[in-house]
Amino acid sequence: MDSLLASIEALLADNTIFTLDTLSYYGEGLTTTVQLVFLSLIVGLIAAVPLAIGRGSKRRWIKMPIFFYTYVFRGTPLLVQLYLIYYGVVFVEGIQDTWLWVLLEKPFFPALVAFSLNTAAYTTEIFHGAIKATPRGEIEAARAYGMRYSLMMRRIVLPSAFRRALPAYGNEVIFMLHASAIASVVTIMDLTGAARFVYARYYAPFDAFLFVAAIYLCLTFAILYLFRYLEKRLLAHLKPASG
Amino acid sequence: MIDLHGYGPRLLEGALVTIELAVLSLILAIGLGLLTASAKMSRNWVAHRLGTLYTTIIRGVPDLVLMMLLFFGGQIGINMVTDWLFDRFGIDIFINVNEFVAGVLTIGLIFGAYMGETFRGAFLAVDSGQIEAGRAYGMSHALVFRRIRFPQMMRHALPGLSNNWMVLLKTTALVSVIGLSDMVRVAAEASKATREPFLFMIIVAVIYLLIASVSEWFFARLQKRYDVGFGGHD
Amino acid sequence: MTLRKLFTAGLIGTAVLASTAQAEVRDIRIGVDVPYEPMEYRTPDGELTGFDIDLGNALCAEVGIQCEWVVQGWDGIIPGLMARKYDAIMSSMTINDERREQVLFSDPYFTPPSAWFAPTDLEMGNPDVESLEGLTIGVQRGTLQDNYVTDLYGDVADVSRYATADDLVLDMDSGRVDIGFLDYPVGKSTLLDSEAGDYKVVGEQITEPKEYFGDGFGIAFRQRDEDLAKAFNEALATLKDNGTYEEIHAKYFAE
Repeated sequence: MDSLLASIEALLADNTIFTLDTLSYYGEGLTTTVQLVFLSLIVGLIAAVPLAIGRGSKRRWIKMPIFFYTYVFRGTPLLVQLYLIYYGVVFVEGIQDTWLWVLLEKPFFPALVAFSLNTAAYTTEIFHGAIKATPRGEIEAARAYGMRYSLMMRRIVLPSAFRRALPAYGNEVIFMLHASAIASVVTIMDLTGAARFVYARYYAPFDAFLFVAAIYLCLTFAILYLFRYLEKRLLAHLKPASG
Repeated sequence: MIDLHGYGPRLLEGALVTIELAVLSLILAIGLGLLTASAKMSRNWVAHRLGTLYTTIIRGVPDLVLMMLLFFGGQIGINMVTDWLFDRFGIDIFINVNEFVAGVLTIGLIFGAYMGETFRGAFLAVDSGQIEAGRAYGMSHALVFRRIRFPQMMRHALPGLSNNWMVLLKTTALVSVIGLSDMVRVAAEASKATREPFLFMIIVAVIYLLIASVSEWFFARLQKRYDVGFGGHD
Repeated sequence: MTLRKLFTAGLIGTAVLASTAQAEVRDIRIGVDVPYEPMEYRTPDGELTGFDIDLGNALCAEVGIQCEWVVQGWDGIIPGLMARKYDAIMSSMTINDERREQVLFSDPYFTPPSAWFAPTDLEMGNPDVESLEGLTIGVQRGTLQDNYVTDLYGDVADVSRYATADDLVLDMDSGRVDIGFLDYPVGKSTLLDSEAGDYKVVGEQITEPKEYFGDGFGIAFRQRDEDLAKAFNEALATLKDNGTYEEIHAKYFAE
């Protein structure tokens, strides 16, 4: 490890911008970005399943609030949502004295809330579309077997919907990764935050931002290949038999 | 106009900046998109590769990072070119890109890549039998494009186009980060000065929803027009 | 700025502007980052004002040229000068070696110290590695205060970097930032004066080491614009002699 560090240091010897110091900023930024994106995707995914089922409900009082929620969160910029949550919560009277403040004090948690609410809205619509597209035959077959609604949902509708939603959800994951760049606006030192820091300190826009763009590009490709692999595994049955 | 602690008029101005920015970027993006789509479908190896490179890079990097790169680095890049022109040919010019223009160029460039994919898919979806039929009638390539491929392509492209427009509209909010006074920036400044973030940000959110709703209605009408002869269904 | 103005500015902005390469000093544009009260900020109706603005206008009058102010965010202010978006920066910019490599500075026109600002209830002596451990320190991104705090306390404390001084003040109000490190006059104006009783200065005012705190505020020019820098230095000396400088100083830094 030491020899590796030494060789990196030697490699960087002539470089005023990419020193071990600034690289460690990028490194920490990478960790923060991955954490932020991963956690909000998990939260969003968990929230989206019941919401998507509710979104397809025949009862208006269930359907309408969920529709309103997804409409608002998909119709407004994430940046506005982030500002609202980050700066907005502060003006709730007395919030600084509650236990919630421990979480909200740092910028990470407000950003996580904003990102989760946002991705949950998109994911809800993706799942809703996938559930709606369930072939009639599958549902009729389940009914014919005498399955109850909940069992049919669990065994038939949801598993097949998840598979159908996979390509669209892959796009959402990439979208979320890219959207997370705005976390730097509320002082979070994510990848973009690190790039902005290096840029401001060394006045080198090309170096600072090209480097971070390359990292994002790699992350995007990694996600792309992961989902392509998943699609191959999980959607194999949808391919034409000959293919 | 409602006063809003004196920020009402500026907020309205900001909203107009947002709309102008979005519309001009959309026009640029559509132009670039058509160009990219034809490059990617071209049999020319270089054009094909260039088109692919463009769409891959743009779609792999966050909008905000691209914006900062082009915005902060763009002027320096342009100056390098003009400096080179001066050294080489003695031509002394200075091109100043202001924030608004930079915003339009950046967003247009980003969404040109997405539009390119939309148009490519749409062109490929046009039934090749129709094109052959057009050729069989003795139509020239240009005429086939104008009378058959383009209108039919638009029908297939509209859903993607409308989707891209919605995303583009929201992306304009990012220009506030690099210093253009769109409505998000005005609202952010106003909420800091007046300590009322809910008021201003919710107004901004409502304006975005309004624009989105009007656009949805508009695209639905457009779709109806292009669907003529297809029984109204998709 | 009206919309139409913005729009035409945008269109004209793309047009090619021919610039003549002559030696004599011409009308210039000056880049400034607002708000940074009392150095540079806007009145409620949008007018630029502050110590830098008044002094800058007086200097331009003395040199005998027209100056136009261009507002630019701090983290892009030096690249903007390089990119010729404007010809000078007069925006509370401290002269130091790191920046000297990039730009040409005028003589210093003002030398303020930096200081730590915290809510009144924070109990702390002179801030050091031990007392700052685990706290959140707020600074403006890319300032000398940012460099100083990052290098000295970056390992023990959380450094929150803000685009503007206003953003920092807002997060100090909300309690997200424990202690801020700012130019003294700015902290005094935005925290001590405008929110009297809520904030205090912690420890000594700081002007050393020079490696960070440099030699006071200077006007930055592009390296090759030596004539321009010379003209401004002469004008500055004149204003100091004839009392104009003192007048402007008294207007913004009355105790």
